[in-house]
Amino acid sequence: MHLAYPAVLAVLLFCVGLYGVLARRNAILVLMSVELMLNAVNLNLVAFDVWLRDALHAGQALTLFTIAIAAAEIGIGLAIVLMVYRNRGTSDVDRLRDTAEGHGPDDGDHDAPEEAAAPAHTTEAAA
Amino acid sequence: MTLGPPVTLAATAPQGFLSPTGVEIAFLLVGMATLGAAVITVTTKQLVHAALWLVVALGGLAVEYLLLTAEFIAWVQVLIYVGSVVVLLLFGLMLTKAPIGRSPDADSGNRWVALAVAIASAGALVWVVVDAFRTQWIDLDGAAQGSTEVTGTILFRHWVLPFEALSVLLLAALVGAIVLSRKNGDAETAEAAGTPTSATDKEQR
Amino acid sequence: MTTTTLAVLVPLLPFLGAVAGLLLGRKAPGFVRPLAILPTLTALGLAVVVALRQGGDRAIDAATELTPTGSVPIELALHLDGFAVLTAVLVGVVASCVQIYSTAYLRDDPRYPSYAALVSLFTSAMLLVVFSGDLMVLLVGWEIMGICSYFLVGHYWETPEARAASLKAFLVTKLGDVPFLIGLFALAADAGSFRITTILDKVAAGGLDHPTLIALLLLAGVAGKSAQFPLHTWLPDAMAGPTPVSALIHAATMVAAGVYFVARLLPVFAASAAALIVLAVMAAVTMAGSALAALAQDDIKRVLAYSTIGQLGYMTGALAVGDRGAGVFHLLSHGAFKALLFLAAGVIIHAAGTNSLAAMSRMGNLRDRVPDAFWTMSVALLALAAIPPFSGFFSKEAVLGAAEHTATGHSELAPATAGWIVLVAGLVTALLTAAYATRLWLLAFRGSGPAAPDHGRQPLAMTSVLWVLAIPSLTAGLSFGVLPDWFDGHDLTPTLTTSVLATGLALVGVIVTYGAWRHSSAMAARAPLAVDGREPLGAVAAHPEEGPAATEAEAITAHTPVYGSIAEAPDSADPGRLLLGPLHHAAANGFHLDALYTALFVRPTQAAARLVRFLDREVVDTYVRGAGNTANLLGTLVRRAQTGNVQTYLSALLAGSVVLAVAAVLVAAGA
Repeated sequence: MHLAYPAVLAVLLFCVGLYGVLARRNAILVLMSVELMLNAVNLNLVAFDVWLRDALHAGQALTLFTIAIAAAEIGIGLAIVLMVYRNRGTSDVDRLRDTAEGHGPDDGDHDAPEEAAAPAHTTEAAA
Repeated sequence: MTLGPPVTLAATAPQGFLSPTGVEIAFLLVGMATLGAAVITVTTKQLVHAALWLVVALGGLAVEYLLLTAEFIAWVQVLIYVGSVVVLLLFGLMLTKAPIGRSPDADSGNRWVALAVAIASAGALVWVVVDAFRTQWIDLDGAAQGSTEVTGTILFRHWVLPFEALSVLLLAALVGAIVLSRKNGDAETAEAAGTPTSATDKEQR
Repeated sequence: MTTTTLAVLVPLLPFLGAVAGLLLGRKAPGFVRPLAILPTLTALGLAVVVALRQGGDRAIDAATELTPTGSVPIELALHLDGFAVLTAVLVGVVASCVQIYSTAYLRDDPRYPSYAALVSLFTSAMLLVVFSGDLMVLLVGWEIMGICSYFLVGHYWETPEARAASLKAFLVTKLGDVPFLIGLFALAADAGSFRITTILDKVAAGGLDHPTLIALLLLAGVAGKSAQFPLHTWLPDAMAGPTPVSALIHAATMVAAGVYFVARLLPVFAASAAALIVLAVMAAVTMAGSALAALAQDDIKRVLAYSTIGQLGYMTGALAVGDRGAGVFHLLSHGAFKALLFLAAGVIIHAAGTNSLAAMSRMGNLRDRVPDAFWTMSVALLALAAIPPFSGFFSKEAVLGAAEHTATGHSELAPATAGWIVLVAGLVTALLTAAYATRLWLLAFRGSGPAAPDHGRQPLAMTSVLWVLAIPSLTAGLSFGVLPDWFDGHDLTPTLTTSVLATGLALVGVIVTYGAWRHSSAMAARAPLAVDGREPLGAVAAHPEEGPAATEAEAITAHTPVYGSIAEAPDSADPGRLLLGPLHHAAANGFHLDALYTALFVRPTQAAARLVRFLDREVVDTYVRGAGNTANLLGTLVRRAQTGNVQTYLSALLAGSVVLAVAAVLVAAGA
């Protein structure tokens, strides 16, 4: 197989994931796009490993490790997203503007219903 | 760890571009499907659908791994990515009350810049990659490169230490996730317990 | 000790006294009075000895080079001739009297130690000017006198009048001192030396290249220092200082320094006929104008101030007609009787509690409260009015005689025009001088009304010096016979024509003023608001129980609020109003020269200062602020990029990376 096929596919997947990271508003959608990028990298690794016929199969080993780390990362990431959602009432990346000039936490971030947050707290506590 | 003796490349018997093998055709078709699913994932306005199309994309990639004779990785991909990661994502969507159906603001205002950046980087990378590997072919005729036996051998012979380190990392991630969610949970339970009592206090006064 | 050594000690001793006084004044207050009086008295004694030794013979010169300057060296030189030694004796006498008087006058003043030290410093500077044979050293003494005058006039600096007056005195004299300095340099450049003897030799031998220019430049400084028109405006306002300061500085010494300087360098001035005519015109205008102004003043010290200006005009007039002997003769006699007038005025102000003649004319028996001041002031006023046989008569006659001598064309030095100008002006002024002297005497001592309060005898220190100064006012004129031996040798005897004319005019002035006084008093008594024969006037009541200095300060500050003007009072019983008629208001305000100078110089300078401030703040500072604001603006613009949106940051980052990557690839591909 021409090496270009998996390589180009990996590139295209990567760029699609890149678009998603930069364009999506919901934090979970961003995490999904990050998964796409990681998968593109994995495909590249596997393709080159097979092409090179590496005795150590470093590419495949790294792919396995990447998959494991991606799983760990998505766990932590989701925990963070959930905490942000609990504190701010929203998981929109747009609203997380603490590093902006002249902004503090929760400046103008109270569009998302705080009343929704309160029942969310009680449901969380109940759950 | 050492990388072993320098590898020998596959036979570079020139194969014509106009006579692709079956593997290549399969790869191409599945690749297009994967790419399509990925594009829909990042563009659809229905959040849950995005997660489901992600399943399709990841599954497609698993097939690609199979075509590249990396079976073990293909199954690990299905198990972990499709099995747990996507499920986690769906849980996350549920717990953050993602809207069911179309949500009008799924894309931020950044999307045109993002599109430009993505297209530019795609163009640059594709051109570079194609230009670099214009005359390279993968030889898939030999033994399977990613069979379970091969993978087990290399993992427990050459990559033991990273493997163990990975398990420590997974432990850390586990503990971290628990701590993150517990702190908040403790405070919530304390508050929830507090409000009823203060309400009763007010009634008594 | 040699005469030269003694002459060096004469200015040195008061200087040491001043330094010691400034250093020890706070720490050892018991020493202040001896430190003030003893060095000055000793200097007086030494000056007398020097005068006796020099005796009007050949001039004594001594010099040592102070510093080579590359072109014209500056030397510490002494030049002792008759003019110098006699003027030094006068300075010593007046300074000693002033120091003794001040011990009583400023007995309660907390700043007495610095005051006494400054008076000593001033005395030393004047003696330096008198004895100096080198122009640069003379200039040093000249400038030290200027700064001491600033400090001493501003002694009552709590009062706004004193603050303004000290600055005005300093600035106006400095305005004259700048051309003076340039003139000194030009003179030294022409003559090749700063030594006075060398310069005079050069003038006598070949002459200077630019005599008129040099003379006019030097005259500017003389006009400033000696309060001649047009730089005389500071002297009436300088009366805001203590009376002993006025007696020392504005009667006998500093204002005489200009006259003395011209007398020293008369050949330089005489080298240019135009300069002498300018000097004569200056003297004439000064004489007549100041006499008219003196007739309108209400403050007793301002009358004396304008009188000083006029008498200095006489001296400069004498110099303009080429007879410096007459000029210095008048300087000596004027120094004595004017100092006496000022010191007596101080006693009167303390006893009456006011400096206003209008208020004094409404007090009965003031002459009984201050008998010493009454008698001595009467003597001095007679000398001022040039009534024979007082000293003023002889010295003024010397001046008028010299003027007549020049007018009739007998002088080798001066043109006849100058002589005529001075003669006519001098005669007119003689009339006016007698008029204002009479007015002063009548208003101060022949007042009628409620009795002046009795505060006991005035201090002995103050009254005794009055008598000391009364002696030369009475008798100094009789030295007209011996003085020519000390001076240039011109005869100083009064000539018949001028004596008769001048004395007649003076008597006319006295009688006319007396008549006007009787007339205006009678008219005022008939006025509807008359009380006790006089219309009531806002009383200027200071507290005579305090020390004289405090009384004077209060009287000065009270004058404007009560009468509406520092100079005149709305007193219809004032003979000056009757005599001057419509000119009275203008004369009281010095013919509005102050207003003219304000419009011509002060306002433009202030406008220029405002313009500079505007340019600095709005134009230059705008650039400075603009630099800061630009940086701020740029920062604000850059901060706009800090949106807090992580996706934006990432997009920018990746866009940049893509661009860089493409560029790198292109470069690699091209290479």
